[in-house]
Amino acid sequence: MSTHDASASLDKKQLLDKKKPLHPVIVRVTHWINALAMVVMIMSGLEIHNAYPVVPFSFPRFITLGGWLGGGIQWHFAAMWVLVINGIVYITYGLVSGRFRRKLLPLTPALILAEVKMALRGKLAHEDLSIYNAIQRLLYAGVILAGILAVLSGLAIWKPVQLGWLTMLMGDFDNARIVHFAAMASIVAFLIVHVVMALLVPRSLKAMITGD
Amino acid sequence: MLLFPSRSAHPDTAIILKEAARRLDQPTRRLFLRQALGLGSLTLLSGCTVSDGLSAERMLGNMSDFNDRVQAWLFNPQRLAREYPASAITRPFPFNAFYPRGKSPEVDPAEFKLEVTGLVSNEEPWTLERLYALPKSTQITRHICIEGWSAIGKWSGVRFSDFLERIGADLTAQYVTFRCEDNYVTSIDMPTALHSQTQLTFWFDDAVLPRDYGYPMKLRVPTKLGFKNPKHVGTIEIGNDYTGGYWETYGYNWFSGL
Repeated sequence: MSTHDASASLDKKQLLDKKKPLHPVIVRVTHWINALAMVVMIMSGLEIHNAYPVVPFSFPRFITLGGWLGGGIQWHFAAMWVLVINGIVYITYGLVSGRFRRKLLPLTPALILAEVKMALRGKLAHEDLSIYNAIQRLLYAGVILAGILAVLSGLAIWKPVQLGWLTMLMGDFDNARIVHFAAMASIVAFLIVHVVMALLVPRSLKAMITGD
Repeated sequence: MLLFPSRSAHPDTAIILKEAARRLDQPTRRLFLRQALGLGSLTLLSGCTVSDGLSAERMLGNMSDFNDRVQAWLFNPQRLAREYPASAITRPFPFNAFYPRGKSPEVDPAEFKLEVTGLVSNEEPWTLERLYALPKSTQITRHICIEGWSAIGKWSGVRFSDFLERIGADLTAQYVTFRCEDNYVTSIDMPTALHSQTQLTFWFDDAVLPRDYGYPMKLRVPTKLGFKNPKHVGTIEIGNDYTGGYWETYGYNWFSGL
């Protein structure tokens, strides 16, 4: 926990010194653009999925977008540009600014295990919004990776000839569809936890809008 | 799946069907718009107001056109679709059309002639006998449907670029359009038409191409989605005017390259 405390005091110091917001404006803007693009991608993706389901059922119409396969594809292939361009901006900023390193590391199985135990005893710290506990780090790092996997498997399905190496990396076309679906399902699972937590700790929702 | 009369002798068939397609499109379009309007927040994406659903549709159409240009730019004529071993062939190969199985057109091989029109130097129609005598190539490739399923098949026929040279087609023209015996229409870009794996197909799995799979001939394009692989081809037209196609009219992306 010493590394934890060190990075905590560093973050607090930064806050006091420069009056930096908890989430810089670039993070807030890319977060909400991503939220919108992701919802459109998921809903239109479910519409496309229903034309030839991966799982043994179809998704109900109220959570699909596009009205039919062709409409779903049009939404999917329009929103993909927003998702990818915005994602590149967000990830580049996270890497270059050191935000990912500060917020998401260290991340070890031992840390996660320790905090799962604490959570089960009802002692998980969520007081200081500027510090992510190990479970948060795992989920935030995980959803970024799931987003990257969703884009890569999506490219493998979209361009199985031009990007044939990528499609084969995913285990050929039919498997790439399963990978793409699994990546989406992981993002949805994250989204449910993320939204519930944001509602349980409204300060965190406010911080993602106003910065503090 | 939409039902369509598969054949008619009426001279205006093509025009009537086109108009019907446009009208049939309306309920789909309304449904699509209602869903689009349900998500007020999406107007941020489209830059339109909630009361103006049509501009969302226009935005999506423009994005699809933009994606056509991106795909044309991405298309590398040298990149080949993966070829599979015979053991990978999908049996039975699925049937798919805009009408149910059994409604495919019946073509009389003695009467049939393939028409070639537009920017070609030799418009003489082709009998099946002459077509079958052309140099033959074979491919085992994956057919990928826009619906998401895929199947591996074995197709044989003449390399389409060879055929285009034989008819003296203007290879600098932009589009090759296929008009089919079941009134299906689609068109492709010239670079794809000239791709070494694009094939005018007369045989499937070492037998004459069956009626279900496009007798007497289909265009096999392993670098495009299945609906860009027209069956029962009757007329090939070379030109510079955009001709679209059956599913493209409903909103499927025109280029649809893989």
